[in-house]
Amino acid sequence: MLKIDNLHVKLEDEDKQILKGLSLEVPAGQVHAIMGPNGSGKSTLSYVLSGRDGYEVTDGGASLNGDDLLEMEPEERAAAGLFLAFQYPVEIPGVGNMTFLRTAVNAQRKARGEEELSSGEFLKKVRAKAAELKIDADMLKRPVNVGFSGGEKKRNEILQMAMLEPRMCIMDETDSGLDVDAMRLVSDGVNALRSPDRSFLVITHYQRLLNHIQPDVVHIMSNGRIVKTGGPELALQVEEEGYGDLLTGAQ
Amino acid sequence: MADTAVKNQDVTPQVTGEAKPANALDARLAALSLPEGGFTAAARADALARLRDMGLPAPRDEYWRYTDPKPFNAPEAAPLALGDDLGDSPLFGDLDRLKLVFVDGVFDAEASDDVALEGVEIDVLSVADRQAAHWAGDLYGALEASGQKPVKRPFAALNTVVARDGVLIRVTATPAKPVHVIHRRGSADADTYWHHVVRIEEGAELTLLETGMSGARSNGALEVDLQKGAKFNYITSKRAVHETVGLSHIFARVDAEAQLKSFTLSVNGRVMRHEGVIDIVGDDAFAHIAAAVLGDGDIGPFHHDDTVFITHAAERCESRQVFKKVLKNGAEGVFQGKILVKPGAQKTDGYQISQALLLDERSQFLAKPELEIYADDVKCSHGSTTGALDEEALFYLRSRGIPHERAIIFLVLSFLADALAEVEDDELRDQINDRLEAWLTDRAGK
Ligand SMILES: Nc1ncnc2c1ncn2[C@@H]1O[C@H](COP(=O)(O)OP(=O)(O)OP(=O)(O)O)[C@@H](O)[C@H]1O
Ligand SMILES: [Mg+2]
Repeated sequence: MLKIDNLHVKLEDEDKQILKGLSLEVPAGQVHAIMGPNGSGKSTLSYVLSGRDGYEVTDGGASLNGDDLLEMEPEERAAAGLFLAFQYPVEIPGVGNMTFLRTAVNAQRKARGEEELSSGEFLKKVRAKAAELKIDADMLKRPVNVGFSGGEKKRNEILQMAMLEPRMCIMDETDSGLDVDAMRLVSDGVNALRSPDRSFLVITHYQRLLNHIQPDVVHIMSNGRIVKTGGPELALQVEEEGYGDLLTGAQ
Repeated sequence: MADTAVKNQDVTPQVTGEAKPANALDARLAALSLPEGGFTAAARADALARLRDMGLPAPRDEYWRYTDPKPFNAPEAAPLALGDDLGDSPLFGDLDRLKLVFVDGVFDAEASDDVALEGVEIDVLSVADRQAAHWAGDLYGALEASGQKPVKRPFAALNTVVARDGVLIRVTATPAKPVHVIHRRGSADADTYWHHVVRIEEGAELTLLETGMSGARSNGALEVDLQKGAKFNYITSKRAVHETVGLSHIFARVDAEAQLKSFTLSVNGRVMRHEGVIDIVGDDAFAHIAAAVLGDGDIGPFHHDDTVFITHAAERCESRQVFKKVLKNGAEGVFQGKILVKPGAQKTDGYQISQALLLDERSQFLAKPELEIYADDVKCSHGSTTGALDEEALFYLRSRGIPHERAIIFLVLSFLADALAEVEDDELRDQINDRLEAWLTDRAGK
């Protein structure tokens, strides 16, 4: 599904290398978690994969189902099935959440040559998904993320994910800011989406999320690279011992 | 968004003392045929005398520094080269309203609805002005005259002198539907004028819609008198072909507990200037003036100027100015807005915001926000910002699969939302929003 090979990324306007030879492969149907200290480059990786400006790939590459991701515009990557749940979802005043969602869903369908959803179909679907995530009608009407609490923003990200039905979901610290119940709701939402042809890359600092969303593989990232890869037990080890030994052990 | 806030206090306009070349005004007047007028005769004569006294504006005049008055000073309108067809269906076309059509500023009875609307007296100026007396006689040219202080507005005086047509609306009881003035273009070189007078009696309410463009050059004026507790919603949409030049004026007198809400949507035009002069004279009244402007310098030069002057002369009144301009391909936007709080106008709440969204580096926005306050217990604020598209938001939208051009449209609509929010009626606001979206879509990527 997602294949990242020896990816080197620096900031465009600064002489600062952030990703330094990162390799990673997420096969279809699997959930991979990435953990790693602050500043190790996790968000940068998610931005580079989804096509944000400001970075320069100096070496290596990334592909989604064999297609070169880095050649595509952000909207093309989305239409190809990539989705990023942002660590910091963006507020867009004046654009209604519903209009935004519907435009996104139909733009992707159109780009894939599928028929657009009618307003009726869309409404039915969005109401059902919103109800599952306990997102009320008022939040759907309000401008995108404006005045949403931290947890509401995160739930809104998962609502978008549920509506867009991407094949490759990257979740950047979706658990931070969620209360215990919301964490369960979000995890249920994610688990409901799990399927043999959909993969997840879950970036998190806490093992707790991984109790709900059971990963197949856990990667430890440090200083722009994956330094260790293992099973779910790796997350437990991080939780108990911190990164200290893992990082020194890896070097 | 890279915002730069402009804040300056108590900037008093300087009076420029230079003499105006009298021959320019003479040439301007010589090219016009001046109506004698019936009930307006005295007002026209008075306005002509005032105009002769003022002369035409020059670029060194305080409020003409950012907008070159040349196209309005020229005796003849520059003919339009482009076709007339903007390819749109009329805005508010499917709304139940009373239609009054003007072609190059001249009333077209055939194309208009019967001027019968319960609660409202409607006359057409060209017809009513055959009479020696009319209720509008107290207002025609009167609000314009009082709006000449402290800033001269020669083209408004010229309008009072020259305009032959317009609507005269007196509202005694709130009508069931809005009145819609529709302007159409008759010829490609017409120099057009119209002058409306509206009086809303105590406690009554009127929604007036005004859309379309006429002629190659236009000069419109609206004088509106809101009696105690009256309410006036004024919604205009002006979409021009690129060569059009236009001036419009609104002079409003707002009495106690009355509410004025004005929203203007402007798209294109080579040089457009809208002047608003709002006098709040009774306690507990409010006036909201908002505008959304789209300027695209791609086909031809674009320059759009909003010049607003709000005077608070009563207690506990609120005024709000919300001006938003979206400029691209070298378009220029100007905002000159003033809140004047007179002595004794305590508990005034005055707010003014002017913002430009520049879609490229060639476009520019010039703002001159002013506050002049002579009362001590007031709350007034103003701000002006110029910014580019929010890259963060743009990426967020695109990451959801929304194509680049479409994402820009979203952000433009988002930028304009505060101005649109001043349109109270949901249906009207939705229609304006849809139209804006269609126009933006049409121009996307160009
Ligand atoms: N635009 C930028 N300008 C300057 N430095 C940047 C920029 N983007 C990222 N960095 C730096 O790159 C490094 C990696 O940042 P990134 O946000 O990817 O880390 P992270 O692993 O997501 O951290 P966290 O766990 O705190 O979210 C950090 O040192 C950060 O300061
Ligand atoms: Mg991060």
